[in-house]
Amino acid sequence: MGETLISKSTLQKAVQSFGLPRLIIAGFLLSLFITAPFVGSNFFTQLSNTINRFGWNAVLVLAMVPMVHSGCGLNFGLPLGIISGLLGATLSIEMGFTGFASFVMAVVFCTPFALVLGLGYGWLLNKIKGGEMMIATYVGFSSVSFMCMMWLLLPYKSPTMIWGYAGKGLRTTISLEGFYSGVLSNFLAIRTPHMLIPTGAILFFALLAFGMWAFLHTKTGTAMTAVGSNATFARAAGINVDKIRILSVGMSTWLGAVGILVYQQGFGWMQLYMAPFNMALPAVSAILIGGATVNKASIINVVLGTFLFQGIVTMTPTVINNLMMVITGQGLDISEVIRVIASNGMILYALTRKSEVTR
Amino acid sequence: MTEKKVPLLEVRNVSKDFFGNKVLNDINFTMEEGDVLGLVGENGAGKSTLMKILFGMDVIRETGGYGGEVIINGNVVKFVSSFDALESGIGMVHQEFSLIPGFTATENILLNREPQKYNVISEIFGKRLNTLNRSSMKEKAEDAISKLGVKIDSDMVINRMPVAHKQFTEIARELSKDNMKLLILDEPTDVLTEKEAETLLESIGTVAKRGIAVIFITHRLHEILSVCNKVIVMRDGLIVKDVPAKETNVEEITKWMVGRKVKEQETKRESDPDKSNKTIMSVKNLWVDMPGETVRNVSLDITEGEILGIGGLAGQGKLGIPNGIMGLYEAGGKVILKGKEIPLNSPRQCLDANIAFVSEDRRGVGLLLDETLEWNIAFPAMQIKNKFLKKYGPITWRDEKAIEKVTEKYVEELQIKCTGTKQNAKELSGGNQQKICLAKAFALEPGLLFVSEPTRGIDVGAKALVLDALRRFNREKGVTVVMISSELEELRSVCDRIAIVSGGKISGILPATESSEKFGMLMVSNVR
Repeated sequence: MGETLISKSTLQKAVQSFGLPRLIIAGFLLSLFITAPFVGSNFFTQLSNTINRFGWNAVLVLAMVPMVHSGCGLNFGLPLGIISGLLGATLSIEMGFTGFASFVMAVVFCTPFALVLGLGYGWLLNKIKGGEMMIATYVGFSSVSFMCMMWLLLPYKSPTMIWGYAGKGLRTTISLEGFYSGVLSNFLAIRTPHMLIPTGAILFFALLAFGMWAFLHTKTGTAMTAVGSNATFARAAGINVDKIRILSVGMSTWLGAVGILVYQQGFGWMQLYMAPFNMALPAVSAILIGGATVNKASIINVVLGTFLFQGIVTMTPTVINNLMMVITGQGLDISEVIRVIASNGMILYALTRKSEVTR
Repeated sequence: MTEKKVPLLEVRNVSKDFFGNKVLNDINFTMEEGDVLGLVGENGAGKSTLMKILFGMDVIRETGGYGGEVIINGNVVKFVSSFDALESGIGMVHQEFSLIPGFTATENILLNREPQKYNVISEIFGKRLNTLNRSSMKEKAEDAISKLGVKIDSDMVINRMPVAHKQFTEIARELSKDNMKLLILDEPTDVLTEKEAETLLESIGTVAKRGIAVIFITHRLHEILSVCNKVIVMRDGLIVKDVPAKETNVEEITKWMVGRKVKEQETKRESDPDKSNKTIMSVKNLWVDMPGETVRNVSLDITEGEILGIGGLAGQGKLGIPNGIMGLYEAGGKVILKGKEIPLNSPRQCLDANIAFVSEDRRGVGLLLDETLEWNIAFPAMQIKNKFLKKYGPITWRDEKAIEKVTEKYVEELQIKCTGTKQNAKELSGGNQQKICLAKAFALEPGLLFVSEPTRGIDVGAKALVLDALRRFNREKGVTVVMISSELEELRSVCDRIAIVSGGKISGILPATESSEKFGMLMVSNVR
């Protein structure tokens, strides 16, 4: 009896440390992988899809980490970073860079935008402590709307980017073929008939993630975590809380900018206008599913969350659609509908998992 | 007439464990009507858990219920929630206030039990639209207050009340319930000054005379002896002693509580012969805007190597002094440390000047509750003194090993009870959290240390350890210590000189050996 009690409590502890929500989602994902071959979708193709999408999205999810650590909450204002990234990308193409150089220059050009916008955004968030996430959402919304006008008005000239008939204004989607499409994903990529492992993209993420991990182990990084854990404590220990918060917002915005470039090189297209609008929620959801709370997030949360979230979002539509076709015998393609339900369902579920620390 | 023989409350063989960790073991006691039971024990002895069982709190049921029986008036009860407990006539006043700040005393006392009047709308739409019967509410509230034998303005809004009146309002709320039989008071005098506590103790007596049984939990042992007729001492989940209050004394109770002999605190401290008379810090015309602890005009010289006590009644501004100097609240005036002026309103500059501060607000300011003990102890020293850092190539990282080592050192030195240095600070008991706060300040190795209310809300054993640690820190490291406390006896046992604050000003500084009466006179000299 005593032994069962102990084994029960160790099992409980294991479940508690991994988290029941993650267990359920991981179980669901596993069942999708197992079902896939039986309904006619190739297991390796599915796995490859999931890994590729992980490569596209992981940096955007990583962008959540600094602001969570400094207590600014989840960065719903990620579109601001994405816009910096888009400005960097369009400038790089406009100046005629191609291939790998166009990616490097896009990162270089987006940096000043990200830093300046991040600084202003951080300053704003310091004025409204306690209501960060609400304001962040609207910062994202309004910046996207503002840029919708700017994309039309800014004097871009490159024929690959502007509307052919008018001769001015940027297109909604721009092909990155010949520019930086696949520059990371194809680097050292492992190819089999059904698989493509984007080694370069994963390495690039690993590099940034390691940088983040290392930063959180420095003196300033430690201060950032303390500010998020208890701002009054940090202030009493002589930390300039506002400065640390602005730094975290700047980092988050810059990672958002680089994150969208990584996303684009995998996707092969640059999307302007309303596209940044839809990028923040999946990233927020991924990190929450990975086990982060509003005040605590680790690199493990990022990796786990991105994999689970992207896994579900890529697998569910194809597997369920194929399953329905097998069952009903009709060739009705409703995978897009299922995709919308699955991804929004995951976002909704993740937001209900939002929890805060004790004060 | 056999009815009379049945005790009001009987607790029989009650036990409780949290996931295999026994916190209560075979608890038995009985109470009659009008009994006042004093419940004492160190932090973690199981007092709160026992009270939670009596009050049917959710935590107990969620963690697997309890063993044994609780019998009220001869009937075994099994509360599913606190509402059941309320129904059976048990009322509880918690350590933290649960009052609505913007409501008046009357409204708080009768919240959700207001006498009501019917009106036209409620006749049609039902009782929920009844209007409140204000005059009868006031009558009922004042009746409840008068049962306590105190005077409180029943129309006063809670957030304008002094702490004591808030406490009385809470008790009055419980008393206003008609079927009230058993009242549980969890450390009600903790937030009160000595004078206020006395009034409260008198009220407890008045309440008991009306036939209501009272369970009274406190760390202040003399209070128990003055008001209770029965004392139960708990230690490590057991009742170690159940005696009539008349047959015991403070020393005995203390001995039972800690299970080891606590050294009688030496009231006199031999003065240091080689103590210099150099002033380490002089404060001139300091004002601090700290809510509830306003400092108006304080001038004070602190001598190097001494332990200076700052005492005074609650709300007179003694807590504002260190908080203002350290820049945590808006302040003005002049602070000169070793001939150099320190700018106010800048915590960083104070810390850089080698001053450390242990805040009275442990959970709010003192600790990172969600981080490990290691972080809590090492953080300020890392940020201010660049300690516990290690170079890996171009970047400087935390030196986890050094942090663990220093934490282990303090855990041992201050006898901090924890499962390891990686435990989260919020899981420790109050006394051990206080020790962490001290360790944090010690790790900074300051030249001048401010300690604010270091023994508030901690038990006798921990108290002795904390005071001893401060004394040792002062003697062995030669650190000047300024200790702020509401307990005069504690100050007298540790300090060389004691400054008394009254009305936001220093009303006098006396050597610790001076008589209590003189200090008492200073305390009330210009109270506002």
